[in-house]
Formats: sequence, structure tokens, C-alpha cells
Amino acid sequence: MPIFREVLRTAPKKRATLLYPFEKRDVPLDYRGRIEINYDLCVGCGLCVKECPSQALELVTLPDGKKKPRYYVARCTFCAQCVESCPRNAIKSTQIYELATYNRKAEVVEPCGTSR
Amino acid sequence: MSNIVDVPVGPQHPALKEPLNITCYVDGEQVVGAKLRIGYNHRGIEKAGEYQTFIQNLYIAERICGICGIVHAFDLAQATEHIIGKEIPRRADYLRTIGLELNRIHSHLLWLGVAAHEIGFDTLFMYVWRDREVVMDVIEDFTGNRVTYALVTIGGVRRDLPQEKAEKMLRVMDALEETVKKYKEMCLNEKTIRMRCDGVGVLRKEDAIALCAVGPTIRASGVPFDIRADDPHAAYDEIPFKVVTYDTCDVTARILVRIDETLESINIVREAIKKMPSGPIRARLPRAVPVGEGVGRTEAPRGEVIHYVRSNGTDRPFRWKVRAPTLANLLSIPVMLTSKGDYVVYIADVPITFASIDPCLSCTDRAVKFVDVSSGKSWVWTFSQIKRMYWKDKPCWRERP
Repeated sequence: MPIFREVLRTAPKKRATLLYPFEKRDVPLDYRGRIEINYDLCVGCGLCVKECPSQALELVTLPDGKKKPRYYVARCTFCAQCVESCPRNAIKSTQIYELATYNRKAEVVEPCGTSR
Repeated sequence: MSNIVDVPVGPQHPALKEPLNITCYVDGEQVVGAKLRIGYNHRGIEKAGEYQTFIQNLYIAERICGICGIVHAFDLAQATEHIIGKEIPRRADYLRTIGLELNRIHSHLLWLGVAAHEIGFDTLFMYVWRDREVVMDVIEDFTGNRVTYALVTIGGVRRDLPQEKAEKMLRVMDALEETVKKYKEMCLNEKTIRMRCDGVGVLRKEDAIALCAVGPTIRASGVPFDIRADDPHAAYDEIPFKVVTYDTCDVTARILVRIDETLESINIVREAIKKMPSGPIRARLPRAVPVGEGVGRTEAPRGEVIHYVRSNGTDRPFRWKVRAPTLANLLSIPVMLTSKGDYVVYIADVPITFASIDPCLSCTDRAVKFVDVSSGKSWVWTFSQIKRMYWKDKPCWRERP
């Protein structure tokens, strides 16, 4: 019974699973998590909005007439196509992956930082 | 006097988490025939693809199957590149090959766990899935995510494999090879597995050829049919590998084919990392695809996948057709489940027989037929007919751009 050999070999070892909310695993540095938009660099070209496969980005017009993307976190599929499309490198992926919230407003990132 | 009873297995059934109906005709304990009904999982992906651009479709394609994600995205990209007719950089081919093979390793290990679970051997199931985690971690390190990889793009790949990541990958492959060899030893010698799988779910060679089975299912029936070898794509023409076949045609053969293929895949990954040329990883191709038709095919973990794309000169496909391997393999299920002469199928063997083709029904369901259950009448409606019938006054569909 070769499985018993494996059971005996594994029994004294540490468990393989994590007690998730208390222990967290490290994600790689270039993990594709929630995206972060640097509105100072954004020129409002709308390429990210055009290429987003899940309509998670929407172009809104700010009071000063400039156009900037609004980010719906709950719709995002974390493919990071927008990161690639952005001609100004204003969007980048972060390592944040715990995105559940009770507050629906917190899932929408409104454009800000309209210094340009 | 024989008394044949219909036993419906499914749509919610013991073998899988996916919906499928198998009606088994049972005489006592023996299954004398079976009938399949699919179509519980139609998601309209092909239609959705017609509204999205080619680049956006890569991400939908990846979600056709949760396990062989790279395969579908790679196939769609291949079909699109076929229309455009430009070569992609060689390094991208190698990186795609590494992605495809890592995909195959984790899919086969996942299946081995599922098969162990189907025969009630949950200890092996847990151990295999624990060891599969290291592959998932390597994939996450390489592509940026565990399940939806977003690696392939039209014209190449999106991520390079730096030297330190490649070295880490090689170290993991060495450790994994030991583990997989151990599992092979275990499957060959463990009495529980041999008693449940030897002589179960037999698909003879001539049946497998006649029913157009693909992938490990046909290779376990002794036919060396592998798209990687028969029609080399990506970097498979430069990497030597062996097409694994077994000729006992039963579930044990399918287990061993998959384990041996995992070992071959580990070698392919090593070879690809060793031979990988330097250079660009991506060619910039136009967003608008010229008028034409393209076909992409590759060997998914479950068998041959074909994507057909037709473009009318815009940045959206006019038609996108996907043939997933399970659709080809499903036809052999009724043959495997039919007792004939010395070959006897018992009800307890139905789950493992069915699971032995590694079915993925969400990949398979591409069309819907309407059936009136009471009269047995069936018909097909076109999209505009459905619109007229049900959405007459509700403009709830998006017009085609």
C-alpha cells in the first residue's frame, strides 16, 4: 500500500493550507490586482475605456471640461489590459486583492487630482 | 425476463460539479445502454464575442474554460494572426509553449485528483491537489494570476520570463518530476485504484477512431493522435517530445497517459527554457483585422481545440466558433457505458467512466435546441425569432455595432 508510506511521510509535516483571514500569502511583485490610476498623468484619451473587456472603466467629464476614467472595482476582471493600453503609463496594477466591501460607493473610484 | 429501468444521472450528478444528463438503461445492476443530454450550460460566449473587439475577446476566450485558459486565448490569437498573416517573434512562441505546458501539468494533476475522488480515494485527491499548488504558484509568478492568466495577446505574449523566474521554474519542475513519478508508482501499485479502474470504461481502438475521440481519451486507446506532433504550432516543432499511448483502453490507461504526459510536459518546459532565443516578445499588429478567415488549433489538456474566426475588416469578429475537446469525447461515453459480451458495466462505475474523459461542459455547450419535454418535439430558433417572441416591446438587447 504505497499510499500509507506517503501518509507516514506527510503526517509530521506542517499543514499545507493557510488559515486565510489570519494568515495571508505573499503575492508576486507583478501580481495583477486592483488597478491604480494616476490622475495627474492621465490625459483622458479614453484608450483604456475602449479596450476594457468588462466595461469597468467609464469616461466622465469633470466640471473643468476634462475627461477622466471612472473605475468600477466590482466589474474589473484584473486582466490589466488598460495598464498596457495607457500611452502615458498612468495606470498600474497593485498587489491589492482583498476587495470585498459592504459599501457599494467604495467600489467606484471617482476621478480626482485634476491638476493638469 | 429482463426488466430494463431508466436511471437518470444528472443534471446535478455524482461525477462532476457541471450539469449533464446521462440516462442509463439498467438491467439489475448492469448498465445496458446510455443516452446523453447536454445544453444546460449555454452561456452565449460566441455571440458575446461578436460585440467585442479582438483584444477584448482574448479575455472572454480565457473564460470559456477555467482550467485550460491559456489554450483558448492562444487559439483565438493564433486564428487572428492567421488572418493578419504576420509572423510573431520566436521568443513569444517559446513563452506560449511554456504557458501551454504549465497549463497541461496543472490540468492533468487536477484531473488525477478528481479521478481519485470519483473512486472514493480522497486521500490521494488531497495529496495530488496539495502538490498541484506548486504549479499554480509558478503560473502565478509567471503570468500574474493563478487562474485567468491574460498571458497571450495578438502578436505575442504580454509578459517576459526573466532569468531568475526561469531558474525558479526549473527548480520547481525538478521537484515536481519526483512527485509525479511517485504518483505513477502509486497508481500502478495501489490496489484500490487497480480494482476500481482496470477493465472499466473500455473504449476499443476502432470505436475511438470511429467516434473521433481526441486527446488522452484516444491516446489511451492506442492511437498516437496529438496535434502538437501532427500539426506543430508555437515552438513544438523544435522541441522533441514523445506522444504517450497505452493500449489497455480502460480508465487505468487514461490515468497513466495523463501522468506520463505530465512528465513529458515537465521535460518540454525544461527544454523550452533552455532553447528559448532572446529578442522581442511581441509584434505590434493592427487593431483592425483584414477581411478573411482564420483557424487556430492546439492540443489542450483534454484534446484538440479549434477556433474559427471570420473577420469583415473591422476590429470585431463577424463570426467566432469554438470546438472544445469534450464535445468530441462525449460521443464515446454511451459506448463506454454499454455492456457487451464479457464487458459488463455496473452502476457504481458510471461516475469514474464518465469522469475519465475529463469532461468540461462549460467549454462544450455552444448551441441551444428547444425541446418540448411532454411531446418530445424539438426545434431551433434564430436570434431574431427569439427577439420577436419574447422581447417584442423590450429593447433589452444591444444592437450589433
